[in-house]
Amino acid sequence: MTYKISLTAHYTKQKRRALCRAWLSMLLAVPAMLLSTVILADVTTKIGYLAQEIDTGPVLSNILPEPEDAGLRGVDLAINDSNTTGKFLKQSFVLDAFSDENSERIIERAQHMYQEGIHSFVVNLPASTLNTLSNSLPNDVLILNAGAKDDQLRQTNCPKNTLHTIPSRAMLTDALGQWLKARRLTDLLLITGPTDDDQAYTAAIKRAANRYGLKIVAEKAWDFDTDLRRTAQREMPLFTQTKEYDIVVVADERGDFGEYVLYNTWYPRPVVGTQGLTPVTWHRVVEQWGAAQLQKRFEKLTGRWMGEKDYAAWAAVRTIAEAVTRTNSEDVQVLKSYIASDAFELAGFKGRKLNFRSWNGQLRQPIALIHPRSLVSQSPQEGFLHPVSELDTLGFDKPESQCRVLERF
Amino acid sequence: MKTNMISGMQSSRFFPRRLALSMASLLLVTQPLLADVAYVSNEKDDTLSVIDLDTYEVTATLDVGQRPRGIILSKDQSKLYICASDSDTVQVMDLATHRIIKELPSGEDPEQFALHPNNRHLYISNEDDALATVVDTETNEVLAQIDVGVEPEGMAVSPDGKIAVNTSETTNMVHWIDTESMQLVDNTLVDQRPRHAEFSKDSKVLWVSSEIGATVSVIDVATRQISHKIDFKIRGVHPDKVQPVGIKLSDDGQYAFVALGPANHVAVIDTATYEVIDYILVGRRVWHMAFNADQSLLLTTNGISGDVSIIDIAKMKAIKTVKVGRYPWGVVVKTTEAKTK
Repeated sequence: MTYKISLTAHYTKQKRRALCRAWLSMLLAVPAMLLSTVILADVTTKIGYLAQEIDTGPVLSNILPEPEDAGLRGVDLAINDSNTTGKFLKQSFVLDAFSDENSERIIERAQHMYQEGIHSFVVNLPASTLNTLSNSLPNDVLILNAGAKDDQLRQTNCPKNTLHTIPSRAMLTDALGQWLKARRLTDLLLITGPTDDDQAYTAAIKRAANRYGLKIVAEKAWDFDTDLRRTAQREMPLFTQTKEYDIVVVADERGDFGEYVLYNTWYPRPVVGTQGLTPVTWHRVVEQWGAAQLQKRFEKLTGRWMGEKDYAAWAAVRTIAEAVTRTNSEDVQVLKSYIASDAFELAGFKGRKLNFRSWNGQLRQPIALIHPRSLVSQSPQEGFLHPVSELDTLGFDKPESQCRVLERF
Repeated sequence: MKTNMISGMQSSRFFPRRLALSMASLLLVTQPLLADVAYVSNEKDDTLSVIDLDTYEVTATLDVGQRPRGIILSKDQSKLYICASDSDTVQVMDLATHRIIKELPSGEDPEQFALHPNNRHLYISNEDDALATVVDTETNEVLAQIDVGVEPEGMAVSPDGKIAVNTSETTNMVHWIDTESMQLVDNTLVDQRPRHAEFSKDSKVLWVSSEIGATVSVIDVATRQISHKIDFKIRGVHPDKVQPVGIKLSDDGQYAFVALGPANHVAVIDTATYEVIDYILVGRRVWHMAFNADQSLLLTTNGISGDVSIIDIAKMKAIKTVKVGRYPWGVVVKTTEAKTK
């Protein structure tokens, strides 16, 4: 079997924009088509999908870019899955999707959707837009964040009516920290890129290091602007010539220089973090627990691999649909209280039932540790215990978070 | 080999029994003996392992289609049906020669199936297509394709032949199919990720396992309503690791056995009270099970440890582990004349 993973890789930026526009016009056509087929259903649930296109700037390693429709196709698959289930219960699910670069237009569109009767939103937005959205909609809405990994959203600023299906950075770096501890790789060289996201990743790494007794023996900021594709072999060993370390941790979320650290370090040591061994929500190499089936269904629908935003968006729609299936209601308040109750469980192909943390609305989930061709491990690692759920060893536990989102659901 | 197995047990309190058994095995040696034979599908090896249940040794490893999962015997035990999931076919093996004699049109990605008591109609779940396919095994004809939920998995036909059921893993339902009209007649919602369904011998009760919901639902066939729900607690095993998959009901109507996946145990349920009376430790990630002919033994496939545990029902203990291929999935036992002596 051959896999097409970089459908848009060789497109120029203009072509990508054109493709994007074509996509949008298709998207607009989809709800109309669906609407015509769902008249027979007793319970029709409308779901809004909002995505903000972010230009992360040019990167050195531009071989495998994230697909333009990351997230959206996960929603598509979940809508299909849910409609198949729904036909046995006279329930149907309708999608209205919107994508734009401008946050104001997105908020405007969300308000318009609300007027049209959409109360459930799956969003792939940066934290600032997500906060604005949560504040600008009335209380009878459910927002599922399937894009923003910011720790603050789970710890301090707690947007109302919002659940998070995408893990926080802290969850990812805790998953990595547990593995490092279990493997006794305790002395870290930490390399941080220049963006805010990279700084946030580094902050999360430091938190995990502190929690698991890992020592950052040296820290470097990446500020080179040479073309590493030609000179990595010369530059990188010198750059990583520091006090001796067991492991190199890279914080380079957009994939600018990180790929060139591997095999080029001064000491021959493994690379982990945003490159090398990476903690992820989802990846093609995850195939246990029936995941192979989900991967196959996704690939059949889209012709590409399922990424972490696709998975988070899929889980978000499935959360709504699971609540509709069990309550036979499309009333958002009924759905919210069911999702917040102990009865809610989501089968997410991760080997155990998933549910949401009552304090910050984060979906509890195991985190896969992968390299591009195989699954290396899955956290929580054995032996990291918790009085309530081992999954709560990943990310912000109740005492560490100021949020009490589900109490006001 | 029998003596080997017995000396594997540590305690001397077995002594009288031990003596009796070894005498019995001496007697048996003098007869021309054909033992029961188990067939095990190895999902990641594209093979079947053949285990001699007298010696507990793998006597042959047979190449089959890609990703073999569900396997069942024809009613006369002359043929073995094999879901070769990634070859998108059901293979038919002649058990006298161990040759594949034909391939049935199964629909895409067949995973589990069940044979109607008429020994002709095979009900197959097509995992990727949300379909159940009914095939006539004699004419190779597809008789019906029935829309079911997402990721159809468990399949069972009632012993009286009237009803077929299918469980869909993502839709979380039991779909009831009338075998006469081959149409869907009803659906019953169960807990997350229903994996397997098994009818009681009298066709009145259906047992369904929910892997992620961590429960077994006992359903009254007449009303299609859940009458009992069973959950499991094993000391020292995290509740999230309790993931029921395979179910077997003993012919005497006394016990239900439920394979609990990564909890590495098989639960024993008293079918009169629906209470769990025992948990038997087996290999890692236990999936499916089969009895031998006289139901004195229960075999389990253990996906992660790549072996088969053999449980002695009288002792309610695993007495032997047999190494097979990678990710053993399904298991059946073929009876031989020797057992009916």
